Amino acid sequence: MKQGSRFWAWLVFGVGTTYFILPLLATFEFSLRKRRGEYSFDAYRSVFEDPNFQTTFTYSVVVAIFTILLGVLLVVPTAYWIRLRLPNLRPVVEFITLLPLVIPAIVIVFGYIRMFGSNSTLPFLATARGTDVLLVIGYAVLALPYMYRAVDTGLRTIDVRTLTEAAQILGAGWTTIIARIILPNVLIAVLSGAFLSFAIVIGEFTMASLLNRPAFGPYLQNIGANSAYEPSALAIISFAITWGCMSLIQILSRFAPKSANRPN
Amino acid sequence: MADPFLSIQHVRKSFGATTVVEDFSLDVEPGEFVSFLGPSGCGKTTVLRMVAGFEEPSAGKIVVAGKDITRLKPNQRNVGMVFQAYALFPNLTVAQNIAFGLKVAGMPKADADRRVAEMLDIIKLPQMGDRYPYQLSGGQQQRIALARAIAPKPKLLLLDEPLSALDAKVRVSLREEIRSIQKKLGITTIFVTHDQEEALSISDRIAVMYGGKAEQVGTPFEIYNRPATKFVANFVGTLNVLEGTVTDAASGMVRVNSQEVALKGKLNGSKSGDTLSLALRPEAISLGRQPGRDSSLAGEISEVHFLGSVIRVRVGIGGSTVSLDTFNSPATPPPAVGEKAEISFASSDMLVLH
Amino acid sequence: MADSTMPQTASVSPRAPEISRLRLPLHWLGVAPFFVFALLFLILPTVGLIAGAFKNAAGDYTFENIIALSQPKLAAAYLVSIQISVVSAVLGALIGLAMAVAVVRGGLPSWLRSATLTFSGVASNFAGVPLAFSFIATLGRLGVATILLRDIFGINIYSLGFSIFSFWGLVLTYLYFQIPLMIVIITPAVDGLKKEWGEAAATLGATNWQYWRMVVIPVLWPSFLGTTVLLFANAFGAVATAYALTGPSLNIVPIQLFAQIRGDVLYNPNLGYALALGMIVITGLANLFYILFQRRAERWLK
Repeated sequence: MKQGSRFWAWLVFGVGTTYFILPLLATFEFSLRKRRGEYSFDAYRSVFEDPNFQTTFTYSVVVAIFTILLGVLLVVPTAYWIRLRLPNLRPVVEFITLLPLVIPAIVIVFGYIRMFGSNSTLPFLATARGTDVLLVIGYAVLALPYMYRAVDTGLRTIDVRTLTEAAQILGAGWTTIIARIILPNVLIAVLSGAFLSFAIVIGEFTMASLLNRPAFGPYLQNIGANSAYEPSALAIISFAITWGCMSLIQILSRFAPKSANRPN
Repeated sequence: MADPFLSIQHVRKSFGATTVVEDFSLDVEPGEFVSFLGPSGCGKTTVLRMVAGFEEPSAGKIVVAGKDITRLKPNQRNVGMVFQAYALFPNLTVAQNIAFGLKVAGMPKADADRRVAEMLDIIKLPQMGDRYPYQLSGGQQQRIALARAIAPKPKLLLLDEPLSALDAKVRVSLREEIRSIQKKLGITTIFVTHDQEEALSISDRIAVMYGGKAEQVGTPFEIYNRPATKFVANFVGTLNVLEGTVTDAASGMVRVNSQEVALKGKLNGSKSGDTLSLALRPEAISLGRQPGRDSSLAGEISEVHFLGSVIRVRVGIGGSTVSLDTFNSPATPPPAVGEKAEISFASSDMLVLH
Repeated sequence: MADSTMPQTASVSPRAPEISRLRLPLHWLGVAPFFVFALLFLILPTVGLIAGAFKNAAGDYTFENIIALSQPKLAAAYLVSIQISVVSAVLGALIGLAMAVAVVRGGLPSWLRSATLTFSGVASNFAGVPLAFSFIATLGRLGVATILLRDIFGINIYSLGFSIFSFWGLVLTYLYFQIPLMIVIITPAVDGLKKEWGEAAATLGATNWQYWRMVVIPVLWPSFLGTTVLLFANAFGAVATAYALTGPSLNIVPIQLFAQIRGDVLYNPNLGYALALGMIVITGLANLFYILFQRRAERWLK
């Protein structure tokens, strides 16, 4: 009985693994074939030397950094305040943070284009810089569910209220409390949310494309339509970036504070 | 003596290089309630799981009602088991949980319903049939688990620390209830626990286990009053241990902190000059001379704790301390710290630990 | 949850009266930025679209746009979208569950479990353009697997009617993020299956199959259903993977909407809003069911 179930487990696992590993191997193999008759990293070299790659990738990295900053500024004080003072607002906030999972990104950006056009009251789309800002905002919305969850989980493990009251008794002001007590303690959680946001934002296509921004996602799509081996190289690079972000989150989670004094 | 109902014969179990149970044997009479008592890691749960069929013994035999079940699968053994974490099926109601074994055995629904109602009466939760486990308290869930285990009329009931997850109060009332149901149904039961008070209060016999072996098997009275080994003496109940030196083996004289005590007929095999561990239960000691307590030691009162009906007194005898309990009496003031005191005991109550 | 509110009432209530009078606005200031942000960049744009779906070009309220969604091309787009999402969700859920059970309960070495979970975390986020590239390199007309199958096994999948740009090609690609997402979400539920349940069932005389039929499957069912509808919503809203794989040609809702936003291909902006509303309704319903199923599952597996 035991033996049989283990056989099935291995079979399922083996078939699944093949499905997941094969495209990666195939893509990698394909990406090495740019030079006729031998394997080479020519496709990667041509990608890295492409000025469009450099500019779009840099652009997306900058946008991702601003997205993370905006996300942290928005989420950390809110999640903290909700835990500390307005616990009955929690369901509302949680519901709002889950909305971006319900409303597809394409619908959100459609709404932006309709609402923030050049002759509206908030004409984000009138200038390129304004559109950049709107893209950052849109990405912050997309990352909101992940950021909020990460931070809220972090706050839950450290027992915010006791820490805050302890700091107040010792005479700390609000800035000190947030900067010196809360942030360092939820830093790991914030960083996890940040890396996840980064992984989501770096190759995002829909919003960037519809807002006509020179980001990495639209660049990828464009390359795919116009060359043979570079797309495979870019797919491998993208996978490596996603993998890197996820590994960093895993590594960080090992340093996360274990529940202070309350197990919930 | 009748044939044993359950016979565990020279059972061993090793996982890789570590041996968890070595050469464990025990015969259990029909209808008997036997507890396996010991600290965690002593092998008590492993023996139980071998009886249930979840572990296969590395050597030895398990016989139930004359039939060798050592290699039988758990679902063919007809044993009932209750787990520490209740393990009720969360998707089934209380009644469906209790009926599970009956349904699996193919009992007609009307019969099964009747049996379930009967079980709910026995565990005194007759109104709870339609509830789901998550709606019940821990104590209620464990009673349902008990009902589920005994509903198919198993030959053996195995209880794996069933009370450990419960509050102290519920624990006491449920253990009494388990015992009374077990007696009423006459079902042969093995009860695994690390709680000595629990084991003493409900068992017909106790097997005290340590390091994969049975240290002693006996009635609660024997285990408590005549512990066979140092481990049993220490694990079961509170004990005062004094070190002594044999001064005259022939007449049974032992010196404890430069005071002589006579222990006639207790020193079997010890020579003069041997050191011994002498043990006394707190209730076997009294403060001051008492009739029938033939031995005494002088010391000084070091601590007094007023606990209500009882006063716990610690008396320093040279380098060691002895605890004893005296009843509170409104007429006499409690002893004071620093007073000289004499403790007395019957030399026959003194345990000599080898 | 319940106990976390207790210390607060205990510690705050003695000074509550004066604080509430003095600090009430401050209480709300703490969360104001968040609510303003959510209102401005999440709720209002969406509500605007929804309202637009019920207006005509002149701004009058009408159901015309909703009715116009039934025109053959749009109805077909919804149908194909729903089909792709359902098929990829159901397959993804079944395969993902099988893998989660294999890894958690199948007696495989424990390092495989953490490796699988880590990989699933990566792969469930590896959607979009690069994923499409990978599958073209693997199963495209000149893909590595296509060539291998043709040259070594003599199976020409393209002459058998397969194409990576077809319905099944898309499903196969979507599974690359659907299965891992299932594994990530369902593993805690599989973990929640207590070993003692199986042992209790065995001592009560149940066979392995009876235990699965009467306990395991019913217990996992709500989580399974809930995650399946979540996978459905996940596939339904996916734009980039489909667009990079098939270009603007495939008639599914997100791609239709993409083309509409780009260039008003429907020649009616309000119809575009209705198209978006349809997406919100479908993904919204899916998420609602997810929450309902999840609530039931949590009650059992707490």
